[in-house]
Amino acid sequence: MSTIEARKITKRFGDFVAVRDADLSVKAGEVVCLLGPSGCGKTTTLRMIAGLERVTSGDIIIGGKRMNELSPEKRDIAMVFQFYALYPALNVADNIAMPLHYEKISKTERDRRVHRVAEILHLSDVLDRMPGQVSEGEKQRIAVARAIVREPNCFLFDEPLSRLDVELRHSMRGQIKEVLSNLSKATVIVTHDQLEALTMADRIAIMRDGIIEQIGTPHQVFTKPANVFVASFIGTPQMNLVKGKLEGMNGSKAMIQFGGEKVELEVNPAVSKLKPSQVTLASGPAPSRRSSVVPRIRSPLRPS
Amino acid sequence: MADTISFWERLGFRKASGVGEAGWGHTLLTAIISLIYFLPVLIIIVTSFKLQTEALAVPPKLFPTSFFGLIPEQFVFSPTLENFTSVFSRAYVAGGAAESTGFDRFFFNSIFIASTSVLLALVIGTLAAYGFSRYPLKGNDSYLFIILTTRMLPAIVVIIPVILMFRVVGLAGSYVGIILLYTAFNLPFTIWMMKSFFDELAPDVEDAARIDGSSEIRVFFKICLPQVLAGLAATFVFGLILTWNEFLFALLLTGVDTRTVPVAMNQAVAGGGIGVLWGLLAAIETLFLIPVFLVTFFLQNHLLRGVTFGTVKR
Repeated sequence: MSTIEARKITKRFGDFVAVRDADLSVKAGEVVCLLGPSGCGKTTTLRMIAGLERVTSGDIIIGGKRMNELSPEKRDIAMVFQFYALYPALNVADNIAMPLHYEKISKTERDRRVHRVAEILHLSDVLDRMPGQVSEGEKQRIAVARAIVREPNCFLFDEPLSRLDVELRHSMRGQIKEVLSNLSKATVIVTHDQLEALTMADRIAIMRDGIIEQIGTPHQVFTKPANVFVASFIGTPQMNLVKGKLEGMNGSKAMIQFGGEKVELEVNPAVSKLKPSQVTLASGPAPSRRSSVVPRIRSPLRPS
Repeated sequence: MADTISFWERLGFRKASGVGEAGWGHTLLTAIISLIYFLPVLIIIVTSFKLQTEALAVPPKLFPTSFFGLIPEQFVFSPTLENFTSVFSRAYVAGGAAESTGFDRFFFNSIFIASTSVLLALVIGTLAAYGFSRYPLKGNDSYLFIILTTRMLPAIVVIIPVILMFRVVGLAGSYVGIILLYTAFNLPFTIWMMKSFFDELAPDVEDAARIDGSSEIRVFFKICLPQVLAGLAATFVFGLILTWNEFLFALLLTGVDTRTVPVAMNQAVAGGGIGVLWGLLAAIETLFLIPVFLVTFFLQNHLLRGVTFGTVKR
């Protein structure tokens, strides 16, 4: 059973809390992206799932088994690192074959598997080279090949595409997505690139300062951000956040002043959201500025 | 005026801008400086082929042949191998029978003691350095500092407690004693060197190996160690040179059987009241140079890569 579950995991480094009470569950075949600005704890979360960092509290459950005390090699996972982490002293074929050394399989079977993944990822021509002699894109594919060769229970990717140029990133995104959809394993991808998250993930977990702010499908986090941080983080160009002034209450409605306009809102928010696509700009004095500038106030946001 | 060639460029000194091969002017200059550095060694080697009278001649006789009459006769000596044979056996009394000088033994001692202790220090030091680098203790730096303290004092100061300790436990004059001492003295250097090499490695690679199923032992041997081979070579050569040439500890802590070449050399050349036997001294030194020279030459590629390791980040 290929599932990953993190239950209230917390990681402290001394007084610093890197991750606080993070809950995350990934089903088989599902790709979940951890998205957030640098230093938000997303890589730490991934490393805790991998077993490279111990959790301070909480539980890591992979395939239904509690893994807190187990070392990385016993968790049946594969991980692709940001800097690929290829073994410099081994050639490409040996790099890919490394995870197979502990499986009790014959050398011919090992070679067969290495060649099969090399074919999938177009690496057959570089199998004899050393990691220093291949291009950046090939290094990235070698790292992916090494991850999928053993067919582990689940996959972890740490900023897998951040070192590639834009074009390569685009094509690799497609390739990784395709490979992952064929394997249908639980996958966690860490990224700070929202385009990557929005295109690759089934669900996105948005993190800030060690806290998961929202988990949802790309559509959900885009259209219904849970709070101001998520709203301002997702979307390019950034969502407009208009500050308003609370004028007074009218029954259950709040009278809020945006610029020169008074708007009535159901509860008591300090901010609301406004997407560029919802705004029509008109020249000249508009008969009703409210309808052109603030066409529709949707459900108010919870201040974060 | 792009075509103008300056005076210096005409001499082969290319402008400093741009990267590429140096001009022959720079190369020549470097060759001359290298020659100045090499000159003392060269003079020792040349002297080893001279008899005592020629070794003391003024002006010095520098050339083994006259190169078909090109060199004036007064600078030419007639090369001889006599010094080399008398390193190993010679007559101590004029006209007497040749006796063994024991230098074959001393050379063996030097090679055995230096290589054993440097290798031992390398094994222990590399493991320790890996520990200091990957599993830091509380107050890691303090321990590293303490390790180095014995090397902060002149050897002559440290030797007094060491002699006392060795006398008490009966290690003075034995192979074990001197090897232990040299190992202990090479360790700080080895640990510091190797720790910096391990610190330079990308930790991701080790994490990847762990996830791929490697035990900690395998991570060390299969992943980390192959990446610091250059460092091992560099540390080995530096350690070997230091140990090979060490005199003071060897003088005070080796016995007749365990004497090393630097000590024996000192005693051999005092030629029974007729001054220093320069030819003999030079011959011993020439022979003494060969092993370190060979090892260094052999490891040169590793060594040069090793000492510049870490100056460029990934």
